[in-house]
Amino acid sequence: MSEGHDDHGHGKQSFISKYIFSYDHKMIAKQYLTLVMFMAVVGGSLAMLVRLQLGWPGQHAQFWETLFPAGMAQGVMTPEFYVMLFTMHGTIMVFFVLSLGPVSGFGNFLIPLQVGARDMAFPFLNMMSFWTALPGAIIILISFFVEGGAAASGWTAYPPLSAIRSAIPGSAMGQTLWIVGMIFFIASFTMGGLNFVVTILNLRTKGLKMMRLPLTTWAQFLVGILGLLAFPALAAGSILLLFDRGLGTSFYLPAGIFIGDTLFPHSGGSPLLWQHLFWFLGHPEVYIIMLPALGFTSDIISTFTRRPIFGYRSMVYAIVAIAMLSFVVWGHHMFVSGMSPFLGTAFTMTTLCIAVPSAVKVFNWLATLWMAKIQFTTPMLFALGIVSFFVTGGLTGIFLGTNVVDIQLHDTYFVVAHFHFIMAGAGLFGLLAAVYYWFPKMFGRHMNERAGKVHFWFTFIAYYGVFFPMHYLGISGMMRRIYDPNTYDYLKPFQNVNTFISISAFILGLAQVIFLANYFWSMFKGKKVESENPWHANTLEWSTPIHPGHGNWPGDIPEVYRWPYDYQHPDEEGDHAPQWQPPAKVKAAK
Amino acid sequence: MAETLTVPKTKSGDGGGGDFVDQSFGDYGSGGESQKRADTAKLGLRIALGSVTMLFAAFTSAYIVRSAGEDWIPLAAPSLIWVNTVILLFSSVTMELGKRAFESWRPVAFRKWIAVTAVLGALFIAGQVAAWNQLASQGIYLQSHPHSSFFYVLTGVHAVHLLVGVLALFYVLMLARRYELTPGESSSPGVVATYWHFVGGIWIYLIVVLFYL
Ligand code: HEM
Ligand SMILES: [Cu+2]
Repeated sequence: MSEGHDDHGHGKQSFISKYIFSYDHKMIAKQYLTLVMFMAVVGGSLAMLVRLQLGWPGQHAQFWETLFPAGMAQGVMTPEFYVMLFTMHGTIMVFFVLSLGPVSGFGNFLIPLQVGARDMAFPFLNMMSFWTALPGAIIILISFFVEGGAAASGWTAYPPLSAIRSAIPGSAMGQTLWIVGMIFFIASFTMGGLNFVVTILNLRTKGLKMMRLPLTTWAQFLVGILGLLAFPALAAGSILLLFDRGLGTSFYLPAGIFIGDTLFPHSGGSPLLWQHLFWFLGHPEVYIIMLPALGFTSDIISTFTRRPIFGYRSMVYAIVAIAMLSFVVWGHHMFVSGMSPFLGTAFTMTTLCIAVPSAVKVFNWLATLWMAKIQFTTPMLFALGIVSFFVTGGLTGIFLGTNVVDIQLHDTYFVVAHFHFIMAGAGLFGLLAAVYYWFPKMFGRHMNERAGKVHFWFTFIAYYGVFFPMHYLGISGMMRRIYDPNTYDYLKPFQNVNTFISISAFILGLAQVIFLANYFWSMFKGKKVESENPWHANTLEWSTPIHPGHGNWPGDIPEVYRWPYDYQHPDEEGDHAPQWQPPAKVKAAK
Repeated sequence: MAETLTVPKTKSGDGGGGDFVDQSFGDYGSGGESQKRADTAKLGLRIALGSVTMLFAAFTSAYIVRSAGEDWIPLAAPSLIWVNTVILLFSSVTMELGKRAFESWRPVAFRKWIAVTAVLGALFIAGQVAAWNQLASQGIYLQSHPHSSFFYVLTGVHAVHLLVGVLALFYVLMLARRYELTPGESSSPGVVATYWHFVGGIWIYLIVVLFYL
């Protein structure tokens, strides 16, 4: 229909102010998503290289030497290179893909649209947030090309490996850049979170009470709070780490560390201190990745079953509970660190408590789906995939959260399987579901449905093919972060499982090419959307023009009269009543 | 059967009144544009201060853990920090005078007090540099022992926050010179004042943690 005209008086914008240093939350969101897509390709390729090694350990293929002269000299991957690969894979995926994508990307895009605001509360801060994230990403990427290579102490950066510059090649410049890149990321993410929380609290349109917010925006609200309260711990930890690395302090470094023949002058520091600070952020970070995906799932499931989400209030209380609990469970990552068994049991109890609100969410989704006439669109398929992953990964979480069981399973492939379902899988599918669902709002065109479905089935099946067998490897004792499991006799019989996993991983990787092609093709050639509200959804973003300008609504901001889930409301005609539609009685009176 | 099931009751969650979530967040829709902007800035600052609090809480917990180490040697506070403390407390007073002058719209006094506060802030930072030098001249450096490490790092991080405050004061002065501030409408003087008092509070807190815990 109409082109949304510009409401904010920036009628004619230069290329730079429109596309580069834009203040418009929708453009900033697209900038983030473009960055995320690039980082995802890098992070995914690193995973492929990890799988190459594990599928065919020590295989010789001359061709690789031309690509990685140091890491794969004579075509064989070195252990040092392997360690860098999974470290950077984890770091890039967790922070620069699944935090910047669903949160900074879609949070930015959706929050003002869903709360009925012209923009974020602090547009300048919003722009700065992107322009801090980008240098962070660049610093992380260039760390591959410095002497010694990229960081290699895992995405968790445990000292002493991360604190002594001469420990391993990756502990040198690469680790410094890792920390600096992370500090940029933290700055960016905190600025973003501030905007999220203030916008949602203060800029809601008339009639939009908190308990009428779509669950997506509720999730972003909590994510903002989590980020604001948890990331400072990592910032503090990183500052202390930098001092230990460069300036001779001993916050984390104990006495008696030898590297080669040199004794290091440190004394008294505690490596566990880092673990506490890291995981105080690290666990909430998992929910920063997951909560938006769960929010998208609720909204998408409601739209494509044409039903109100079952138990809206309990959904809200469940994510609030999950968010609060996430601050008191970090110790479950440290069960084998020698902590007191009493403390371990306390962390087990808090961790198992999270199962309750999580189960509430699953049951509510199932109740919404129960005997519904489901429209199996691509975003719906991905949302259902999230439900599946959430159950699979949630169940293994109960094992790992129990300290006595975790002592056996800690640092095995069981853990790798667990977090790739609950965090990586749910997060990745959340990002993909969101792209398919909101693509029409972002670009005024649809993505190709058939390609979308092919993409879904390949991704979904291959994902299980990669990560499900890892449970067995883990129970059998295959440790994570291992360069060549065949150095242990008892792991040799599992080589064929590892080869199977790697082949599945390559299929998974290739399937993403379908997505990327579909995305860019649809941006220019996709079917044009015919009305503002192609999915017949209820949330406020669908009341904007097909191409909303800066300011989002050409006229007044619509008033909100109802919650976002009035599908098949008995008092309303049609199968859905959007939030901006006055109740039938009011209409009749007018 | 399926027919009845496809139309579940929608009562739950329609956001009807009486919910404590809505009561505690308040409904939206009142207040003029500029009022809204002022509230937004204040709220933004409060939330940002929550983050800063967490930063110092994290440092404190690290401090407590580390101070249990066997190599802990208590550090005697360099005498200069007491001078600096007085300067900082005094600057909070001038800040408050500036803010009140703004609210009762006495522009000359307002600008004067803001400038005085900025100068005191800069003086404090200079005083901190001197205090660090005082310690260093006694042979106590950053890496000497854990207590000295924490002293340098924590006061350093605090100084950075104060520097941000000084820059913010200059920004307010600039706005004032351009006649862009209106009492009751512009939020920046109030916001900067809150920040300033908060950073002063953090300083007292750090002194307590570092030397009286
Ligand atoms: C494209 C599909 C993916 C594949 C095939 C894959 C594969 C792997 C493998 C095999 C490891 C274990 C390396 C080792 O322990 O030696 C690993 C580690 C990891 N992956 Fe993935 N992954 C994928 C996607 C993701 C995503 C989307 C995330 C996002 C959160 C993620 C996060 C991590 C993390 C945090 C680690 C731990 C790194 C470390 O130990 O420091 N992965 N990945
Ligand atoms: Cu955790």
